[in-house]
Amino acid sequence: MSFWEITRFLLDGFGVSCLIFAVTLLVSIPLGLPIAFCSMSRFKPLKLLSKVFVWIIRGVPLMLQIFIIYYVPGLVFDYQLFGNVDKYIFLKFGIDDAGRILAVLIAFAINYACYFSEIYRGGIESINRGQYEAGQVLGMTKGQIFRKVVLLQVIKRIVPPMSNEVITLIKDTALANCIMVSEIIKQANTLAATRALIWPLFYTGVFYLVFVGVLTLIFGQVEKKLSYFSS
Amino acid sequence: MALLEVRGFKKSFGATKVLKGIDFSLEKGQTLAIIGSSGSGKTTLLRCLNFLETPDEGKMYLDGRLFFDASDRKQTAGASVREKRLHFGLVFQNFNLFPQYSAFENLCLAPKLRARERPDFSSNRRNIYAEIEKKAEDLLKKVGLWDKKDAYPCQLSGGQQQRVAIARALAMSPDVLCFDEPTSALDPELTVEVLNVLRSLSRENMTMIVVTHEMAFAGEAADRVLFMDEGVVAYDGTAAEAFGVSCPCERLKAFIGSIEK
Ligand SMILES: Nc1ncnc2c1ncn2[C@@H]1O[C@H](COP(=O)(O)OP(=O)(O)O)[C@@H](O)[C@H]1O
Ligand SMILES: [Mg+2]
Repeated sequence: MSFWEITRFLLDGFGVSCLIFAVTLLVSIPLGLPIAFCSMSRFKPLKLLSKVFVWIIRGVPLMLQIFIIYYVPGLVFDYQLFGNVDKYIFLKFGIDDAGRILAVLIAFAINYACYFSEIYRGGIESINRGQYEAGQVLGMTKGQIFRKVVLLQVIKRIVPPMSNEVITLIKDTALANCIMVSEIIKQANTLAATRALIWPLFYTGVFYLVFVGVLTLIFGQVEKKLSYFSS
Repeated sequence: MALLEVRGFKKSFGATKVLKGIDFSLEKGQTLAIIGSSGSGKTTLLRCLNFLETPDEGKMYLDGRLFFDASDRKQTAGASVREKRLHFGLVFQNFNLFPQYSAFENLCLAPKLRARERPDFSSNRRNIYAEIEKKAEDLLKKVGLWDKKDAYPCQLSGGQQQRVAIARALAMSPDVLCFDEPTSALDPELTVEVLNVLRSLSRENMTMIVVTHEMAFAGEAADRVLFMDEGVVAYDGTAAEAFGVSCPCERLKAFIGSIEK
């Protein structure tokens, strides 16, 4: 195989990595909000429930969570949910791995939603009470105060920790390997096994580095955009 | 008839009785200075007037009408409280400007949101907004900061921020404007510019309640002085009497003496 063929082969895998990355963000960024509101709720049982949930999800290795999501339908309900989705999509559309990718996406979305919820909570709780009170005495509603006064200040505060998590996410996609999803490292391993080529495994690092470089630039721009005010 | 009449305000936080029955009244156009040592309940009183805290007991009359009654639970709920708040304004010790908005936008934000509730809003939006912006312009000019209209709060000095905060409160046209130690977070050289704004408001007969430790300012700008001591009104009289030799209240005399040292 030529260098370009190997690059193409790895790129196929990195496409899967990017898919997991994008869908996870699309789901977990909004999903983190209700979890954050629950853990700030004044209704004690709800607050406790959401805190315990977040504690478990953050306390258990993500790889283990992938295994649990993937195997539990078969073990508990005797139904190979993700395996069957895999087969069905392959027969119908000729696309590999769909069921397993779905399992990974579910595990990732829940996991990252919990991490984001903690960031949101920290951001919201860090806003000075005086900002709410200033809005109140000016006759604004709770919703107006949140949207027009607090939200942008929260966003400014959460951008740095969010950027850390997002950068971690692209590297975490390698965990999909554990249930044989053909992400980039799995592809490199295939080359090692079938053609005795080790260097493509190291070469995968370049793909991550370029991606992380672009993310870093984007987040730098966002931070710069928000630097016009300080709170 | 008094514009504002407060009767029997009581407020506790847990076991701490902070207000133990506050009575006072305020004529339209008057400036009332509230003085008293730290912890005597001055901030809590202003917060009750602005419905940031709900008094446990007490009534409030505005223009002779019963305006608030703590024993009526309905009156302390959401939407009606928001309406009532609009009769009062509050200027905070630490300004609390909205950092992501320019000085001008800080003035326009709440009035524009409020205008959405007007029945003629959708048909007349342009004129309504133009009116609000004109008023914001006038107010910024009045506090001497029109040239800073595009500055963000972090680009303004403390004194300038407080002047914007005063203009922002005035933009909602409150009946009574309350100030909670408006200069105590400022360096001494910046208090003058803020006190000058208060003086001119007082001369223009804005109805004001000013919690302050600036005795010279209270003596000269206030019509009346309320001295609070451990949650009660220990003295209520004219500024001339309060700061004069004939002051009948020994504790007030001692308090003024301790501040002026
Ligand atoms: N939200 C609160 N919870 C508990 N105690 C409070 C609260 N707000 C004020 N207090 C207490 O009430 C007392 C009076 O406070 P405050 O009204 O701020 O006095 P002042 O403004 O005259 O210094 C203080 O002892 C303070 O600790
Ligand atoms: Mg105070």
